[in-house]
Amino acid sequence: MKKDLVIIGGGPAGLAAAVEAYDQGVHDILILERDSELGGILNQCIHNGFGLHTFKEELTGPEYALRYVKMVKERKIPFMLRTMAVKLKGGEPIKITAMCGDERWNDRREEVLLEAENEPLAGLQKGAEGLEIEAKAVVLAMGCRERARGALNIPGYRPAGIFTAGSAQRFVNIEGLIPGREVVVLGSGDIGLIMARRMKLQGADVKMVVEIMPYSGGLKRNIVQCLEDFNIPLKLSHTIVDIDGKHRLKGVTIAQVDEAGKELPDTAEYIKCDTLLLSCGLIPENELSIDAGIEMDRLTHGPVVNDRMETGCRGIFSCGNVLHVHDLVDNVSKEAKAAGKSAAEYVLSGAGEWGKATRPKSPPKSRYTPTPERDFTNQLICIGCPVGCLLTVNKRSDGQLEVTGNSCPVGAEYGRKEMTAPTRPLTASVKVTDGIGAVVSVKTSADIPKNKIMECMAEIGRAKVSAPVVAGDILLKDIAGTGVHIIATANMLSNPAPENKMSQKV
Amino acid sequence: MYDVIIIGGGVVGCCIARELSKIKMRIAVLEKNSDIGEGATKANSGIVHAGYDAAAGTLKALLNVRGNKMMKELADELDFPFINNGSLVLCFEENIASAENDHIANSGVSADRVVIKNDRSRLEELLDRGRQNGVAGLKILTGDAIRRLEPAVSQSVTSGLYAPTGGIVCPFGLTYAMAENAAVNGVEFYRQTKVVGIEKKKDIFYITCDRGVFEGRLVINVAGIYADLIHNMVSNEPMTIRPRRGEYVLYDKGVGGRVSHTVFQLPGAYGKGVLVTPTVHGNLLVGPTAEDIEDKEAVNTTAIGSATVMDKAAVSIGKIAVGEVITSFAGLRAHGGTGDFTIKEVDDVPGFLDVAGIDSPGLTAAPAIGEYVAQMVREILPAEDKKDFKPERRGIKSGWGEVICRCERITKEEIYEAIRRTPGATSIDGIKRRTRAGMGRCQGGFCSPRIIEILAQELGKEPWEITKAGAGSEILFYPD
Ligand SMILES: Cc1cc2nc3c(=O)[nH]c(=O)nc-3n(C[C@H](O)[C@H](O)[C@H](O)COP(=O)(O)OP(=O)(O)OC[C@H]3O[C@@H](n4cnc5c(N)ncnc54)[C@H](O)[C@@H]3O)c2cc1C
Ligand SMILES: Cc1cc2nc3c(=O)[nH]c(=O)nc-3n(C[C@H](O)[C@H](O)[C@H](O)COP(=O)(O)OP(=O)(O)OC[C@H]3O[C@@H](n4cnc5c(N)ncnc54)[C@H](O)[C@@H]3O)c2cc1C
Ligand code: SF4
Repeated sequence: MKKDLVIIGGGPAGLAAAVEAYDQGVHDILILERDSELGGILNQCIHNGFGLHTFKEELTGPEYALRYVKMVKERKIPFMLRTMAVKLKGGEPIKITAMCGDERWNDRREEVLLEAENEPLAGLQKGAEGLEIEAKAVVLAMGCRERARGALNIPGYRPAGIFTAGSAQRFVNIEGLIPGREVVVLGSGDIGLIMARRMKLQGADVKMVVEIMPYSGGLKRNIVQCLEDFNIPLKLSHTIVDIDGKHRLKGVTIAQVDEAGKELPDTAEYIKCDTLLLSCGLIPENELSIDAGIEMDRLTHGPVVNDRMETGCRGIFSCGNVLHVHDLVDNVSKEAKAAGKSAAEYVLSGAGEWGKATRPKSPPKSRYTPTPERDFTNQLICIGCPVGCLLTVNKRSDGQLEVTGNSCPVGAEYGRKEMTAPTRPLTASVKVTDGIGAVVSVKTSADIPKNKIMECMAEIGRAKVSAPVVAGDILLKDIAGTGVHIIATANMLSNPAPENKMSQKV
Repeated sequence: MYDVIIIGGGVVGCCIARELSKIKMRIAVLEKNSDIGEGATKANSGIVHAGYDAAAGTLKALLNVRGNKMMKELADELDFPFINNGSLVLCFEENIASAENDHIANSGVSADRVVIKNDRSRLEELLDRGRQNGVAGLKILTGDAIRRLEPAVSQSVTSGLYAPTGGIVCPFGLTYAMAENAAVNGVEFYRQTKVVGIEKKKDIFYITCDRGVFEGRLVINVAGIYADLIHNMVSNEPMTIRPRRGEYVLYDKGVGGRVSHTVFQLPGAYGKGVLVTPTVHGNLLVGPTAEDIEDKEAVNTTAIGSATVMDKAAVSIGKIAVGEVITSFAGLRAHGGTGDFTIKEVDDVPGFLDVAGIDSPGLTAAPAIGEYVAQMVREILPAEDKKDFKPERRGIKSGWGEVICRCERITKEEIYEAIRRTPGATSIDGIKRRTRAGMGRCQGGFCSPRIIEILAQELGKEPWEITKAGAGSEILFYPD
């Protein structure tokens, strides 16, 4: 098969690159995605906080992904699902080998994307040879994976109950399954914080979030919304030094570390828990790139690229988490757009002189150290956006609340509300009957009172809706008497043959 | 009624089962775990030793060398991963280690954990012993000759023993191959079947398990670390087996090419060295430690254990970045105290065979132990050979279908096959060992949800009933 442009990875990076390349005039494009749907990791990030820059509104992960999927579909850009690129070779043309899943699944999955018009390419028969593709240009958008326990080298037993935060997230948000009841989270990056809250909402007892650094790598807004809101302690400068439990996890031993990161044995403390979530960093998935001999940057673990996102290998571009780990998907989309544009230019007019490859600039990482002096009675952190301004709210003589410290009006509004009637958006998932999946992700149509969160979760937990569900459908009305509705944030098609699953269970 | 009941489904039990399946007999293998090969068999160095370690005239020496000779042909016949990569035993200058390896001095590790002092006479001892044991091709090489074979080896190595017959094998691959072929030839496998009592009445053994009573004419005790418990159920001459823990660190395939031979260190005055070896799957393995412990289930790793093997390995081939570690694990050697394997009919219990104290090189020797024990069985209970014995077995083939495990590129079809074979996978670990799904860099982060889904479907279970490695290790909770 011959293509002008092949995009490896159908996450936000790959999709944005494809859309931009199309708009720049390259129409012979193919997206390869190894998962069963487009959208990448966003499909399981059902919380909100995406798209403030790109779409000027706060979206959940699946909603953000759907917007790009829609753009891809509007342009009829072909994609192959359950198809994994396994080999890449530079040159003219660039050669890609892919492994392709059962074609029937491609057909079936296609229905999930309700507005689907473009057929996925007639793929290969299952078990057939690898798929060979020749391309003029390639965009690498394979994303990243999480650091596993082994890489952290935590001593102790290897029982069931130790998950990376991302796999626990998948269990809860996509499969509707429960990975744990008494949870300790190691690592206080955003994913760790989000999962601490998610487990709590799901009814688990989240004992603490343990962080080896003296600060949290998560956004301030997430510290507030995920930990402070639920009284989950954050143990800075602590780590896990032992794992107990021969079959299922029984507990972990935590200990404080000194400035050099060395454990202080006297501080060891045993924490009973049945589940440990690891959120200890992401590693760009560059097996393909390394295999192709593309020069890598030792710091970012991504390819070295020039200012047009081209790697050291001609015609091969890179963007998104495979290039360097991004905190915000909006930055991924922006970077991917640039990569898509350059790839299109390369296809249309050849390489030219593009300047030397350099390390990609990654935005400074957030570092949150709680201010001990913070006066909880009138000082708050604004959760309106990732900046996280420290607000001070005082009562004026006329009884009005005055907010200082905010950088924009959102903060003033938030500060006043937080002191009088605090509210929060809520995201979760609702069980689906007869769907191709077990749950569909949802959000509240408006913020709900903070003290109603668990009540709403109980109602959401009891609810069952039947497939099909389309993103935007109102699934539950007037939840817990708040007047707020529960709205689907993703699509869920009905299972065409539910009896299949049953008969297999006999 | 069974002719032979084998207690213990480790590599040795499975090799015996396969050998006996050549004879017309009814055979059962009883294994307490949810899968075969989850004892010492799952956590060892995977080395096919050449045979120069054991003292001449011992069973260990005999069966090691014989097992080594059998391995290649068996690997072809039964299709399990085996590579005859050759091994080296390194001899270091006096007092090299701590001075030369800066990182050791800086790591705060006490020097005597890593100092390796050798003298060459010990190398010659090994050479002599190897020759007496019948190991072919042994040679003492100079340090330079060794570095030509293995460029990563430290400059402080002055000489070494080269054993061209040394090899590496996949311990699970070997065990599953033996078991599957035994099953095809009629052996019955009972997993999650723990022997709790044995009684002999007349000439029949009544073996009580948590799942019922098995009757057999002959019993073979291959219960590894628990062989003493099984032995003591019937014999008045007590036996003790002590666990000796060995810890390992496994590195990513990215550094798997650091060495191509298995590189040992000559044991020195300060204890046993560690080995550095490629695995048959292209990773790099370093270890083990040797620590006598009490708890027969204590396969936990320790911070000091990992640090020790990493530091000692650095003495042989230089430091490997900690970031390349993908996992660490520990195994328990069944230390019998006699210095040799105990393979014999128990004096006070005719018909009861002990195959005990099978510590290293038990993996290498396993096929030879199979032959040896089968011969004993034939003598006690004569029977005809099967005419329709099927000697061949094929491993699970990799294909081009839908990828479930990204890191190791394992397809859905391979997972199905791992479950559908006999004895097939029933747990995440069972899938992992049969297909390598989940053994790669991400250690199952991406694929375990999919594998749970497939296991549940195939076994007719709910996702929350799926375990990591048998009852008690459920991965998910019942959703309320
Ligand atoms: C667990 C988690 C939580 C996050 N939470 C937030 C958040 O709250 N807010 C926020 O703004 N950002 C968040 N992010 C970051 C943001 O989601 C990512 O930056 C963004 O998704 C990266 O997009 P991507 O396309 O580069 O990678 P991905 O979304 O990972 O997509 C990569 C895609 O490539 C596919 N792929 C990989 N290799 C191959 C191959 N060889 N062949 C074919 N396909 C392949 C993968 O299946 C995947 O679909 C989170 C990230 C993670 C991992
Ligand atoms: C750290 C280490 C490194 C090693 N390195 C090597 C090497 O490189 N090369 C080499 O040749 N050898 C090596 N060995 C030795 C080798 O691993 C063992 O000799 C071999 O695995 C022993 O196999 P086995 O079947 O006797 O024992 P096991 O694998 O332990 O099997 C015994 C089985 O019996 C079962 N069992 C126990 N009690 C009961 C009961 N009551 N009812 C039912 N079933 C029961 C257990 O569950 C277990 O599955 C090493 C060993 C260790 C620990
Ligand atoms: S005040 Fe404005 S800028 Fe500051 S955190 Fe709130 S929303 Fe962001």
